[in-house]
Amino acid sequence: MKITEIFTKKNRLLLKAMVSTDFKLRYQQSILGYLWSVLKPLMLFAIMYVVFVRFMRFGADVPHFTVALLLGIILWNFFNETTTGGMLSIVGHGDLLRKIHFSKYVIVVASSMSALINFGFNFIVVIIFALVNGVRPSWSNLLIIPIVFELYLLALGIAFFLSALYVNLRDLNPIWEVVTQAGFYATPIIYPISMISSKAGAMGPVYAKLDLLLNPVAQIVQDARHVLISPANPTLWQWESNFFIACWPVVFTLLIFIGGLKFFTAKSKFFAELV
Amino acid sequence: MSLVKRTSKELPEDVALRVSHVSKDFKLPHEKTNSLKGALFNMVRGNTGYTLQHVLKDVSFEIKKGDFFGIVGKNGSGKSTLLKIISQIYTPNSGSVQVNGKLVPFIELGVGFNPELTGRENVYLNGAMLGFTKDEIDGMYDDIVDFAELGDFMEQKLKNYSSGMQVRLAFSVAIKSQGDILVLDEVLAVGDEAFQKKCQDYFFEAKRKKKTIILVTHSMGDVRKFCNKAMLIQDGVIAKYGLPDDVANAYSEYFLEQQQKVVQKDNEAVRLEQGNGIKLVDVKAMVGKEETQLLNINEDFDLDITFDCSRDIKRGIFAINLIDQQGRVALATSNKINGDQETFTKGKHRMLFSIENVLASGDYHVNIAAASGDDLLLKQSSVYQFQIRKAKLYDQSMTHPKVKVRLS
Repeated sequence: MKITEIFTKKNRLLLKAMVSTDFKLRYQQSILGYLWSVLKPLMLFAIMYVVFVRFMRFGADVPHFTVALLLGIILWNFFNETTTGGMLSIVGHGDLLRKIHFSKYVIVVASSMSALINFGFNFIVVIIFALVNGVRPSWSNLLIIPIVFELYLLALGIAFFLSALYVNLRDLNPIWEVVTQAGFYATPIIYPISMISSKAGAMGPVYAKLDLLLNPVAQIVQDARHVLISPANPTLWQWESNFFIACWPVVFTLLIFIGGLKFFTAKSKFFAELV
Repeated sequence: MSLVKRTSKELPEDVALRVSHVSKDFKLPHEKTNSLKGALFNMVRGNTGYTLQHVLKDVSFEIKKGDFFGIVGKNGSGKSTLLKIISQIYTPNSGSVQVNGKLVPFIELGVGFNPELTGRENVYLNGAMLGFTKDEIDGMYDDIVDFAELGDFMEQKLKNYSSGMQVRLAFSVAIKSQGDILVLDEVLAVGDEAFQKKCQDYFFEAKRKKKTIILVTHSMGDVRKFCNKAMLIQDGVIAKYGLPDDVANAYSEYFLEQQQKVVQKDNEAVRLEQGNGIKLVDVKAMVGKEETQLLNINEDFDLDITFDCSRDIKRGIFAINLIDQQGRVALATSNKINGDQETFTKGKHRMLFSIENVLASGDYHVNIAAASGDDLLLKQSSVYQFQIRKAKLYDQSMTHPKVKVRLS
């Protein structure tokens, strides 16, 4: 079994069928329907905005921080949805796995695709929001594409790993919930990264750099803010002169993706028996 | 999944499926756990062991294109596991499975439907999972709906279907999809009588048309009717492979032994409780002087019954019923047919029922009862089993009297 099998015609069709099924079922019997996939992050954003930006004055020194906050939230939302949805996807399809042989990769990729579509809707809102907020578009904005791709690979790699582990270990669901909650605060979303460097004392800049090095989502969010909203959002490659260290988050992401994929491939032979 | 190859290169043209040296073990943990707490507890207790269950041991066989192949075996013999390995749902621990063409499985009564989708959407989603393109499914859709007789329901969500309707649709998808090999697990109990009839017709037709089908079943009747080859699996190995009749006989003989043991134990308990002044001692089916439990068709036999009376029983009646495998009374008779009712004197008696055998092939058991006039003194079920071997023709008929046909 190889990941490339998802590119065969049969599996492309299956992927399409599964994504459209998921899309169809997600908001059935709800009045606002797909609007929810945009409304939910917007509501979360409204709360964060009131609490952290209005009351606690986070990011007052960063231009367009409100847009940066919204962007951070929807990027995190995408990460969270892909990993959590992916984790549950194999067990969720256990009934099918026991009856038909089909590509297991497709299950996880289909669930990530649904998250990606959601992200697409939300991203449009961010763009509108940014334009209204007076962010000037430029060609460098297009760099957001490889950055989102990096986030997708990272989330998919983790989803592969979690989904395979979840088959045997159902405790993972609450554990992962807590981990993502912690990750949300460990990532510069509600605060600008500059807050770590300026408010954490003498070691501040080191902590900020460590966060960007060890938390790939932090680097991704920072980069996205940098290329999309304002260069005033510092990135790792501005802070780190050593090329190899600056590249580490990307390497880290690739390692997580490959590791997750290998783990999944090894375990997937026995899904039907264990699920 | 390097162990399961889907290449057609190494397989000769006429072979549909080849299973070579397949073994499968299941790890059965002493304490099954799906949670961290459980895992930790087991670790602390030193309870990390598991029992290795060898479900299949070095199984090899080949199915030719056009074969209607039956797989039989008692529960837990490994036949469903084998089916899942053939269908690539399980990965064998060793050995390989080679398939020539597209394989469509129907396992655990269904292909896995989503209750929130309509019948139509489910058919298309399932088709995609089986590896069909949308055009291909378009082509077979009407056929599927027709066979399932669900034309009016296809736009309804599946959760609004009755369970019978769901299974019918799933079964129709499996058999009407244009796969090369059809794998069916215990399916002939699907749906109501009319649908079952339809399935039977389909199987006859499939057999005629030389469609490759693998059927797992407990019904020896189906094996004899539909299959042209069969195999019996016992404890993970192939116990018998060959013609369906031979395999079905091997299966029945094996079961007869098993049942006999159970029944004897039961009867002892019952005998102690029942029998007011009269006790059954022995029942035997005899052909000439030989006891036999396996009779040929139209072979006349005697039921030799010995009973023991602890007192004189006036107007003694001793009756027997022969019950066929569907629970129907094939024969009910007693010594009353002699007219005058005898007295069974104290002591042992032997009663011989000489029976002209017009019974159809199949399994039978014997129920007995004894009475004094209208007082029932003894009643026992399944005191004895025997089987009538398969007839060459018309084995669905209820009786098998000797018939002469003349054309003029």
